[in-house]
Amino acid sequence: MTTLAEFLTRADAIARDGTALIRAAVTRDALDHARVGLLGRKQGQLTSLMAMLGSLPAEDRRAAGAAVNATKQTLELTLTSAEAALAPAPDASRPDDLTMPGRDAWKGAVHPVSLVIDEISGIFRELGFTIALGPEAETEWYNFGALNFPPDHPAMEAHDTLYLSDDTLLRTHTSPVQVRTLQSHTPPIRILCPGNVYRRDFFDATHAPSFMQIEGLCIDEGVSFVDLKATLSEFVRRFYSDAARVRLRPSFFPFVEPGAEMDVEVDLNDGKGTRWVEILGCGMVHPNVLDAAGIDSEKYSGWAFGMGPARIAMSRHKLPDIRLLYDSDVRFLEQFAQ
Amino acid sequence: MIVSHAWLRSFAPHDKAAHAIGELLNDHTVTLDGLESLRNDIAHIVVGLVVEQAPHPDSDHLSITKVDDGSGTLLDVVCGAPNVTAGVKYPFARTGSTMPDGLKIEKRKIRGQTSNGMLCSSRELKLSGDHDGILALTTDAAPGTPILQVLGEVGDSQLNLDVLPNRPDLLSHRGMAREVSALLGVPLASGDLSAASRDTVAATPVTHGATHATTDGVTVHIDDTTSCPRYLALVIRGVTVGPSPDWLRERLESAGSRSINNVVDATNYILLGLGQPVHAFDLSRLADQTIVVRKTRDGETLVTLDGAERTIAAGTTVICDAARPVALAGVMGGRDSEVTDATTDLLLEVACFEPRFVRHVRRVMGLSTDASYRYERGVDAAAMPDAALQCAALITQVAGGTVTARLDVGTPADPRGSVKLRPSRVTKLLGDPVPVDEIVHILRALGCAVDVISDDQLQVTPPSWRQDLLIEVDVIEEIVRMRGFDMVSDELRAFRPGTVRDHPMHLTELRVRELLVGRGLYETRPMPFTKNSTSGMRLQNPLADDEPFLRASILDTLARRAEYNLNRMEGDVRLFEVGHVFLPSDGRLPREEVHVAAMLLGKRRPAHFTEPDPPVFDAWDAKSLAIDLARAAFPDASIALVPADAPLLWRVTAHGRVVGVVQRVVMDKPVWAADAFGVELDLGVMPSVDVAPAGTHAHLAVTGTPPHVPHVLYRPIPAMPAAGFDLALVLPAEVRAADVEVVLRRESGELLELLQVFDEYRGEHLPEGKRSVGWRLQFRHPERTLRDKELEGRRGKLVSALQRELGVTVRG
Repeated sequence: MTTLAEFLTRADAIARDGTALIRAAVTRDALDHARVGLLGRKQGQLTSLMAMLGSLPAEDRRAAGAAVNATKQTLELTLTSAEAALAPAPDASRPDDLTMPGRDAWKGAVHPVSLVIDEISGIFRELGFTIALGPEAETEWYNFGALNFPPDHPAMEAHDTLYLSDDTLLRTHTSPVQVRTLQSHTPPIRILCPGNVYRRDFFDATHAPSFMQIEGLCIDEGVSFVDLKATLSEFVRRFYSDAARVRLRPSFFPFVEPGAEMDVEVDLNDGKGTRWVEILGCGMVHPNVLDAAGIDSEKYSGWAFGMGPARIAMSRHKLPDIRLLYDSDVRFLEQFAQ
Repeated sequence: MIVSHAWLRSFAPHDKAAHAIGELLNDHTVTLDGLESLRNDIAHIVVGLVVEQAPHPDSDHLSITKVDDGSGTLLDVVCGAPNVTAGVKYPFARTGSTMPDGLKIEKRKIRGQTSNGMLCSSRELKLSGDHDGILALTTDAAPGTPILQVLGEVGDSQLNLDVLPNRPDLLSHRGMAREVSALLGVPLASGDLSAASRDTVAATPVTHGATHATTDGVTVHIDDTTSCPRYLALVIRGVTVGPSPDWLRERLESAGSRSINNVVDATNYILLGLGQPVHAFDLSRLADQTIVVRKTRDGETLVTLDGAERTIAAGTTVICDAARPVALAGVMGGRDSEVTDATTDLLLEVACFEPRFVRHVRRVMGLSTDASYRYERGVDAAAMPDAALQCAALITQVAGGTVTARLDVGTPADPRGSVKLRPSRVTKLLGDPVPVDEIVHILRALGCAVDVISDDQLQVTPPSWRQDLLIEVDVIEEIVRMRGFDMVSDELRAFRPGTVRDHPMHLTELRVRELLVGRGLYETRPMPFTKNSTSGMRLQNPLADDEPFLRASILDTLARRAEYNLNRMEGDVRLFEVGHVFLPSDGRLPREEVHVAAMLLGKRRPAHFTEPDPPVFDAWDAKSLAIDLARAAFPDASIALVPADAPLLWRVTAHGRVVGVVQRVVMDKPVWAADAFGVELDLGVMPSVDVAPAGTHAHLAVTGTPPHVPHVLYRPIPAMPAAGFDLALVLPAEVRAADVEVVLRRESGELLELLQVFDEYRGEHLPEGKRSVGWRLQFRHPERTLRDKELEGRRGKLVSALQRELGVTVRG
């Protein structure tokens, strides 16, 4: 026969020793062994103690039962946390097969020509240039007259023009933006003009009637050909590589003098080695252009350049046909997704 | 311009190879587009190494050799040359190739021994007449290397040079030779002509006249002196028309021209050699042996040399005989007066025509020739007498005959004016100091007369052929290009920042682009032409008659692009463009607006194994996109979407002003395709009015204010818990969600934190025409917890107000 005091002491001991036993178990086997030893239905220590409950006086059974329950709860809680520490319970939010694909969202894409323009603009921004814009429908004066194209001159042949009326047209280059900026701002002027231009060229693999151009203009006192060459060479080094070689060749555009074209030596990775590729036209702004915009050409001088980002996009992405840039085929555009 | 290297050398005797001359001109003068050997007939001949050599068993002069031609297989080749030696390389023609004389090399048996190809002599390759056996090569080149890479300069080469409109003086071999002479410092030579025949022609007296001259029974009369300032005519009698001598034929062919007969070839020689167009008339076919230069009369026709009968356009200058037109001035002669085999007497025309008149004729008649090309750009008028002399001398040299008369009608060109050049300006513009001596040297080498007036003043008189040197900067260009652009310092120098700020539209474009790419749309850059006449802006000369208009809407363009994709079975099309549209205006130019448009078509998300068939885009996607897009475009404005009548869904307003639309996009689409929804916003006008009159500056204050992007103002993070309730309301048909929302907001008071529609239901258990809409309301007091009683009170107020004002009831 056991007394209540003995019974309670025994329950406390089971709780204390059991907890220590459970905490000491570092493997699942050890934990299972502890569980069976303490709570096992046949030989568990607490089970054995509960079997003695009936031998207590009736008035003591309630207190003894409570002690058994408290001990049981303590042991179960300790067991649960020990199990969790050993191996966390399977989580409903954890997929069984982690090799299944993730859930995608649609990815958008910047147009490849815009990517080139962004890159060119980024470099010229580093060199102090800002962005100027203007209309695409222009007067003949802004497109030709102000840019030193003599009326009825063969130089205009290269600019086969789409006309809206006899003296209004779709700009054939972004140079009208230069004229507008020269007329509205006082030097120093350092601008880039990206924009759509139009030529009466029929669509084929290498020509489009509308295409992007990006031009630059720099005007201040004492600006020289050295500034032109050094700035554009620096651009090429940043755009291609520090090792990129450039050369200038004489050329002719009515709005610049001296006029030149810049080639860069590139390897197109087609097994044919390096070669010179024309990347831009440039020159010192013709004094007639400054005068036409009301800027003193004796006091101020400057340089300008123009390039075709579509050509660069075609070359860097190895596009066989310029029409890919216009068709808006999603199977093409998605290749540029970010 | 196709330039023969050998012909060029006849005017500028130098010792450079063709590629070196090409590079020299490319660096200093004119772009080299291509260089081609005229010996492509031996391009397939390769270096062959004789590895073994043994006498032919059945011959006392033939050898049997084994030849390495780089193919990897040693070939048995029978050779008849006495000098064939093992270990030596020779030119080798493989089987299947054709020799310059047309002999086809085939595998064949020579006295019982198979021969696979041929070792070649100089003569067989037409390199020289020598035939001392096969040509031994002293080269390190591997067997199989093309012979043209080994032999150095063989025969002539053609340089394809891109002459730009400012340099018509380069449109001849002599003109190009002038550059070579100036660049290399070699003196110019007179070319192929003998001085003797030239002197004979020069001895013939000249008959002058201001507008009219007659001699030797021949008359020249200029009626239209504006378009034809000067006309030289030479009369040659007693010529024999026939084939040209080999040297003349080869010259023309080397420059890409074709031999016709000795007289015509002589005129073409002057055209390509000296740059002066010359036309030869059969004198006997000119009525009254007369030339009249005049404007055409109504309805006149001419059968030109190409055999076409042409009605001559009004305003055109024509060359006539006493009766009718015989040539289009500066463009093409007539067939009736052309030189034939029967011709004995010639009238040579060496004339000067004004560029703009020739350009007019060429354009209206749609006829371009070598002559018109040069006249349009400007022919050296001072060189006419010399060209006439040389042409007549060449004809008497190759076709016989005697020059019996020289007529010179009109006025010689004015001598060239001079240009003032300041060496200080040269340095300032080029950025590097250039010594005066060097300036003078360069300009004199180019044929300019240079007088040194003072330390900083040179007087430069350009030669007659340099019509492009008019002002100081033209001369400065000559200095930098002749020195070479490589000489210019590559040195980044200090600069001042500019006064121009970024165009605000550019910043807006970047913001909307970023938003749309982030929402999974592709940027496009299609053409802005359309068949849709909304803009009223029709091109005068459209590229395609079915799309002659400029667009007034970008969604119109995107719809066509979506159709393109649907035709290719692509049903998920999310496109956008930022671009210009064109609208009618009161001014000369259309009103030009920058728009952004975005289109959604197809699945809302990519398919996933958890959702194999995602829903497609609907109007609600377009609505939310429109709001976000408008916020990106107008960051400081209050944005609203106002329901609009079909076919629109909503109008987008910013600060109450309509800035765009949301609509279902109409297009031709297959049945399987989903509906397309589009948003188009007007980002602003791109002004196209003149900034200032020509030649003036507007002196505007600095412009270009970037759009105001308001800073976010911090709201304290709530410390008290929120509380709320849902209302399931039954709405009569005519009651809109917005009506309910007005009442809910008004009656809820300022503690309302969130008001959200979470459900809509129509159908069973609801009266006909009514719908149930669920609203979730959430309240929060900044300083205390709201009590249930307060919420219940509020709920009661809302329900009774809705019932009273809108007939809206709580769903039971």
